[in-house]
Amino acid sequence: MSDATDALAIGEPLMVLDGIHRRFMMGDEEVRALRGVSFTITKGEYVCIIGPSGSGKSTMMYLLGCLDTPSEGTYELAGYEVSELGDEELAALRNKYIGFVFQAFNLIPRTTTVDNVALPLRYAGVGIGERRRRAAQALERVGLGHRLDHTPDRLSGGERQRVAIARAIVTKPELLLCDEPTGNLDSRVGAEITRLFEELNHDMGVTVVIVTHDPNLAKRARRNIKLVDGQMVYDGPPQEGK
Amino acid sequence: MFEHVLSAFLALKANKIRAALTMLGVVIGVLAVTLLVGVGDGARIYLDEQISGLGTNLMTIVPGRRETRGFGPPAGNIARPLVMEDIQALERQGSLLRGISPMVMGGGAVRFKGRTRDTMILGVGPAFSDLRNMHVDRGSFVREEDVDSRRRVCVLGRTIVKELFGDENPLGQTVRLADGRFRVVGLMEERGTSLGFDLNDLVFIPVTAAMDLFNQDHLTQILTAARSKEDAPAASEEVEQILARRRNGERTFTIQSQDDLLKTFGALTGAMTLMLLAIASISLVVGGIGIMNIMLVSVRERTREIGVRRAVGATKSDILWQFLLESVVISSTGGGIGLALGASIVLALKRFAPSVPVALSPWIAAVAFGSSFVVGVLSGVVPARRAAELDPVEALRYE
Repeated sequence: MSDATDALAIGEPLMVLDGIHRRFMMGDEEVRALRGVSFTITKGEYVCIIGPSGSGKSTMMYLLGCLDTPSEGTYELAGYEVSELGDEELAALRNKYIGFVFQAFNLIPRTTTVDNVALPLRYAGVGIGERRRRAAQALERVGLGHRLDHTPDRLSGGERQRVAIARAIVTKPELLLCDEPTGNLDSRVGAEITRLFEELNHDMGVTVVIVTHDPNLAKRARRNIKLVDGQMVYDGPPQEGK
Repeated sequence: MFEHVLSAFLALKANKIRAALTMLGVVIGVLAVTLLVGVGDGARIYLDEQISGLGTNLMTIVPGRRETRGFGPPAGNIARPLVMEDIQALERQGSLLRGISPMVMGGGAVRFKGRTRDTMILGVGPAFSDLRNMHVDRGSFVREEDVDSRRRVCVLGRTIVKELFGDENPLGQTVRLADGRFRVVGLMEERGTSLGFDLNDLVFIPVTAAMDLFNQDHLTQILTAARSKEDAPAASEEVEQILARRRNGERTFTIQSQDDLLKTFGALTGAMTLMLLAIASISLVVGGIGIMNIMLVSVRERTREIGVRRAVGATKSDILWQFLLESVVISSTGGGIGLALGASIVLALKRFAPSVPVALSPWIAAVAFGSSFVVGVLSGVVPARRAAELDPVEALRYE
């Protein structure tokens, strides 16, 4: 996967899902987490995937993040057919195209913010000096330029999520994939984080996909995809009152 | 690879106390290896020095047929004892020998002016002095003419001089040796102890006088030496042929070379060193198990971290290397510390307690460091594989 040359233009399809099924075995019972979901997300979109718990949101998030592969159906990310890729290629694909933001932040403890943020660059093969420099830039971008040498335990929840976002954007990915990013934050901080996503979407042109059941988050997106029982039941602009 | 080593160090830095405690097992293991092998090696070098200090390329011919290793039956009652004619034959026919000395050994009391000391009396020939590297300090050693005319003269070791004469000059004095009266003609130079035997507590007299004194006509043994190390096997062969010819081809004697002695003791100390090494290895194994244990705990504790790393682009092999190298770095660092401690103790002993035979040979360093590296790899493999095989989704969900 070469660098930058294959960057997509705004409006080109980034993620194409066609007839996605995902089944698990839970003991003897087969769980059908996703049952034939198809949609396309183009570069530059800002999408929330919503739905009640157990609707298959999380499964969808791991599939979209190339951490999991579908049991049936095809998923193309930036032109790569995910089910055909092996461990190393999937790792490279995640590294290059996807930035993850988790509900629980998932920063590495006892490690400085700058080294936390620099982590994806290490797997991209960037040298240590350069990756600290870029990590500092990313932290600057999320408003934490003054917290480079702090360890996560000395940061507030909002700050930790900003560090996680810096880590997600440090590789300049195509896709920012967020799993309940405001779930562990109070509403004021949550709103700040939401604003940050909107800015990044607007300024960097990064595609933002947020898996959430936070209605405040969902209604600020331009597009909502609603899953119920593993099937897509709505795809369109946010519905008022929901 | 450098990246992996770097992040291994970063991970250890993030967990200093745990890393230090984990290292401790290997530190102690390598320390034990260094010290115990140091003691074993010290003993070997000590014995080598002692045996080499006896002289060079020595051969001892003893009566009777026996294996070259171990200690044979007591002398006496041998069908064909060694006699002075054997010495003459060796002197006439031996071409590869540096000198030949007959030896008659016995114990007895030395008396002078009412003072007595029980000691060892050695009847020897003039060649003994050069062969065994034991020289007179004053006066002269046993001479050819002393042997020929069975003269009752003696040469005293330092301890005997000190005990019997104090500050008096012993040269020219007469001492009683067992039942005979002997004139002191020489004093031996100061010698230390060798293998626990005091080389200063000896009286030398002409071999013929010793045969008279102990009333025997055969020799206890014959001492000789090859001209050079290269000649040693041929010289041994030559001695064997000369003596066998005088016995109608029967080999009723045994030649023991210094080399045999070195080999015997070498095998002994080698076995001891190996045994010590085996004992020390046990502590190293225990240290390795400690590392494996902590690494397994660490993998479990850091399951989320592994998930995150996989999410941001780490491959399975990245994770494998990360944990394997952490284990190796812990173990090797522990090994390095243990080696440094062990080496310091050995060097300190050498300096402040020189009588303790210890040695620090480079191979200990290589073995100690190498084994700690291997321990690191072995105890890291299982935890690292477990970490690498984690499913990223499961790892991210892990509470």
